[in-house]
Amino acid sequence: MSVILTYLPHLLQGLVVTLQVAAGSFVIGLLIAVLAVFGWNFGPRPLRWFISAYVTIVRGLPELLIIFLVFYGGTVLLSGAFGTYVEVNALTAGICALSVVSGAYLTEILRGALLTVPQGQWEAATSLGLSRMTAFRDVVLPQMLSYAVPGLGNQWLVILKESALVSIIGLEELMRKGVVAAGATHSPMTFYLTVGALYVAITGVSTLIIGAAERRAARGR
Amino acid sequence: MSPDIFIKAAPVVLQGLQLTLIITIASFLLGQLLALPLGLARQASSPLLRWPAAVYTFLIRGSPLLVQLFIIYYGLGQIPAVRNSILWPILREPLYCGIIAISLNSAAYMAEVVAGALRRVPKGQTEACISLGISRRHRLTDVLLPQVYRELLPNIGNEIILVLKSSSLASAVTIMEITGVARAFTARTFAPFEVFITAGILYLAIGFAFTFLFRLLERRYGITGTRTPAPEASA
Repeated sequence: MSVILTYLPHLLQGLVVTLQVAAGSFVIGLLIAVLAVFGWNFGPRPLRWFISAYVTIVRGLPELLIIFLVFYGGTVLLSGAFGTYVEVNALTAGICALSVVSGAYLTEILRGALLTVPQGQWEAATSLGLSRMTAFRDVVLPQMLSYAVPGLGNQWLVILKESALVSIIGLEELMRKGVVAAGATHSPMTFYLTVGALYVAITGVSTLIIGAAERRAARGR
Repeated sequence: MSPDIFIKAAPVVLQGLQLTLIITIASFLLGQLLALPLGLARQASSPLLRWPAAVYTFLIRGSPLLVQLFIIYYGLGQIPAVRNSILWPILREPLYCGIIAISLNSAAYMAEVVAGALRRVPKGQTEACISLGISRRHRLTDVLLPQVYRELLPNIGNEIILVLKSSSLASAVTIMEITGVARAFTARTFAPFEVFITAGILYLAIGFAFTFLFRLLERRYGITGTRTPAPEASA
């Protein structure tokens, strides 16, 4: 027990980094997804193909492979650009990779939510003289996001857990701190259980918040 | 990017194919096998069955697979009782630990899906079975489960893709499956794009093959009208 207490500050530091990775990738992923859904609705045909290909390919690849591709690929690109060995920062690589991943899943979620927005909303907005673009931004998008709340919440939980994979490229987040503590104390069981409990705690709290958000979003429907 | 390295990377990445397939198929089957009793327990009337199953799925679904894998591979070896048990020859092997971790994880997610499908079966079916004098066991094996599993075929097809993607985590416990060999080859050649893209194409191909197989199964056994449309067909 005292061993855990000694390392608890480290683990909590790691927890903060975990939350940074997850929040960063979630927000950037959501941005990608909104743009993708926008492009899907208003863009030319080749753009729609591109978006479809992006979603299908990313959803078919292991997240770890994408993390490796961004980390090692980025290192090669940067080293080439600077003419000397430059390693990509693990935090940046992790957030980039997981943004690309969550962007694909979030695009699917938003596309599904868009279909639940009644067609009449489009018709009402355009008949009031709004352009299709304004109708999307001011009328359809907010409703789409409110329908998407359960899916968005689920994706947040997924990204929280997937962020543990970034420990494999050396980012000092919660999982990696656990690995270090387990190695230093020779008590892997103790520390992996503690780390697991901390993950369960944040996903548990997140679930409660998501539940409240869902009820709020469903209000007035 | 040079085509030369692509040609060199292909046979290297293919070396990992066998292990990826072994891990994926074994974990998938074991996961499905465990998901049924867990899903039934989630829906059981006795709290003695319901609660442990709920706690299990909550803990597994609340923590990363990587943590679960490390608990099984590194953690269990710390306990002397485990090292002296007859299970040690299995738990010592990273391959078996990988399969156990992924199947326990998959079972938790799948159990929720099974429980959800059981919940959706109309109550009238149970009442009809009782009025026809069908025993509890046959109500389950001959009436409920066949329709639940036929309805769940798309979910099961989706789960095998998730298990395929999870199998890459085995590289974190020294298993040289596709992602593992690709990473090792990258460290030697410093050509990450060629190697990881080749690995990615292989994953997509395997995923496509599984999807195709499940489409066939769905067409043969699925309940028509329950299949969710493909993403490309929507919007």
